[in-house]
Amino acid sequence: MNREGLINASVYLALPVLALAALALDEPFTITLATRAAILALAAVGLNLALGLGGLVSLGHAVFFGLGGYAMGILASHAQSYAPLYDGWFVVEGTKSMPVIWLVAVLSSALAALIIGLLSLRTSGVYFIMITLAFGQMFYYFSISWPAYGGEDGLSIYVRNSFPGLNTLDPIQFFALVFALLSLVLWGMGRIARAPFGLALSAARQNAARVETVGLEPFRLRLVAFVISGAVTGLAGALFADLNRFVSPTMFSWQMSGEFIVFVVLGGIGRLFGPVAGACLFVLLEHTLSGVSEFWLVYVGAILLLVVLFARGGLIGSLAGREVADD
Amino acid sequence: MSLLEMRGIEASYGPSQALFGVDLQVGAGEVVALMGRNGMGKSTTIKVLCRLLRNSGGSVQFDGQDLARVPPHKAARAGLGLVPEGRRCFPNLTVHENLIAAARPGHWDVARVTTLFPRLAERRDQGARSLSGGEQQMLAIGRALMTNPRLLVLDEATEGLAPVVRQEIWAALSHLKAETGLALIVVDKSLAELRRMADRAVIIERGRSVWTGDMGALDASVADSYLGL
Repeated sequence: MNREGLINASVYLALPVLALAALALDEPFTITLATRAAILALAAVGLNLALGLGGLVSLGHAVFFGLGGYAMGILASHAQSYAPLYDGWFVVEGTKSMPVIWLVAVLSSALAALIIGLLSLRTSGVYFIMITLAFGQMFYYFSISWPAYGGEDGLSIYVRNSFPGLNTLDPIQFFALVFALLSLVLWGMGRIARAPFGLALSAARQNAARVETVGLEPFRLRLVAFVISGAVTGLAGALFADLNRFVSPTMFSWQMSGEFIVFVVLGGIGRLFGPVAGACLFVLLEHTLSGVSEFWLVYVGAILLLVVLFARGGLIGSLAGREVADD
Repeated sequence: MSLLEMRGIEASYGPSQALFGVDLQVGAGEVVALMGRNGMGKSTTIKVLCRLLRNSGGSVQFDGQDLARVPPHKAARAGLGLVPEGRRCFPNLTVHENLIAAARPGHWDVARVTTLFPRLAERRDQGARSLSGGEQQMLAIGRALMTNPRLLVLDEATEGLAPVVRQEIWAALSHLKAETGLALIVVDKSLAELRRMADRAVIIERGRSVWTGDMGALDASVADSYLGL
């Protein structure tokens, strides 16, 4: 295993080690913090497929995060009030089952990514950023002004949703579930990056015309990447809502999209474990610095500036001593 | 009927017209040398053929299919393989990754390409940007072969390479011609090698095809008047 491999392994194992240590020391809040980091990492791993491999700077990934969150919120709120979601020719009940919620979250965010991608991927550069931002704002203001599900106040879910065979209210069990999903997605993303599809996507980021002359269509490659990317971030949204037992329009805000980009840049763009490192670092800074000053984001901004100026490979890249990712 | 029929091609870059009437035919399994001095329209003709540039007049028929409204990736899928000028690999991918990124099923696979260019097997996991010029050119040809084309277009495939490497590439191309019957369009500066390889030649001057004939008929007077040799 080379140096970058070792760093990846330690970043990946840091979360379960921390969670288990916290369990041994009886510090449930730290387990929740690790869970939060793992969920945000999952969202950023999703974004990294579009941003890192595809070169698509999406400032609208909060759309998928929020859709995942509201998929959970809407289904669970109907289940807790026993009011059917739809009562017409047939009846759709709410649900407290995580697998069903995840499926709805993934499908709805994939569908949204397909539509947004079809419209935005015809453009590039600053126009692409602006269109994805515009979609983000549309969803944000819609969620604020839609009173049925809490509007601006958001939506509270009293009891965490259930997963067969687990007690999801136990922090360590919920962490294990989240971490298993993160691992599964990381494995899948690793496969994608080395498959012809991922290689072609990566090549198209560098030179789209060259990719076309070998018979590949950059638009289609990017659209598929954008849909998978959105679906993963949507899954993270459902988990995030479940962690907090609360959904609000903040999940749709453009600041959320910006944070995901920050995770990816901090950790290392295009590196499989980059977003994990970035999200962990961010949560760590948030936890330690917010005690020091309420203006803690100033420090995060300064760190981000240093990374962009002096460590283009992000945290993982600078630790591994290599700026260019293995792609 | 020929594999490729380009007739009366006219094309412009913005307001400046570059092609004023190029005819180019290639039969199945035929090797055609596309010749002419610098700036006469060879690369533009290739761009039109591969649909990287829209022609404003004339027609391009490949295997009976009209390519007028076909985007570049569909032209490639129809069987047009391009080895672009300047050894353009995917620099951020390794040799092996370059080959599999665009692979389509057919005769050519990684094993056959690396048999043709054993150096690529040695450099399998090396990044393409760290290869020598000759190796990058072999990779560019290999990558084009991996798409299993029926017509391979080589734009200045040996330009700027050391003589030894040049010979290696010409040997590989001769092998392609003899063993697989792949049709080729070759643009190159070396008349001697083109005489050995090509069946026919098309000479382009100031955006027009001005001479077409068998390679054997391309005598000193033709070479002198059109190619300045």
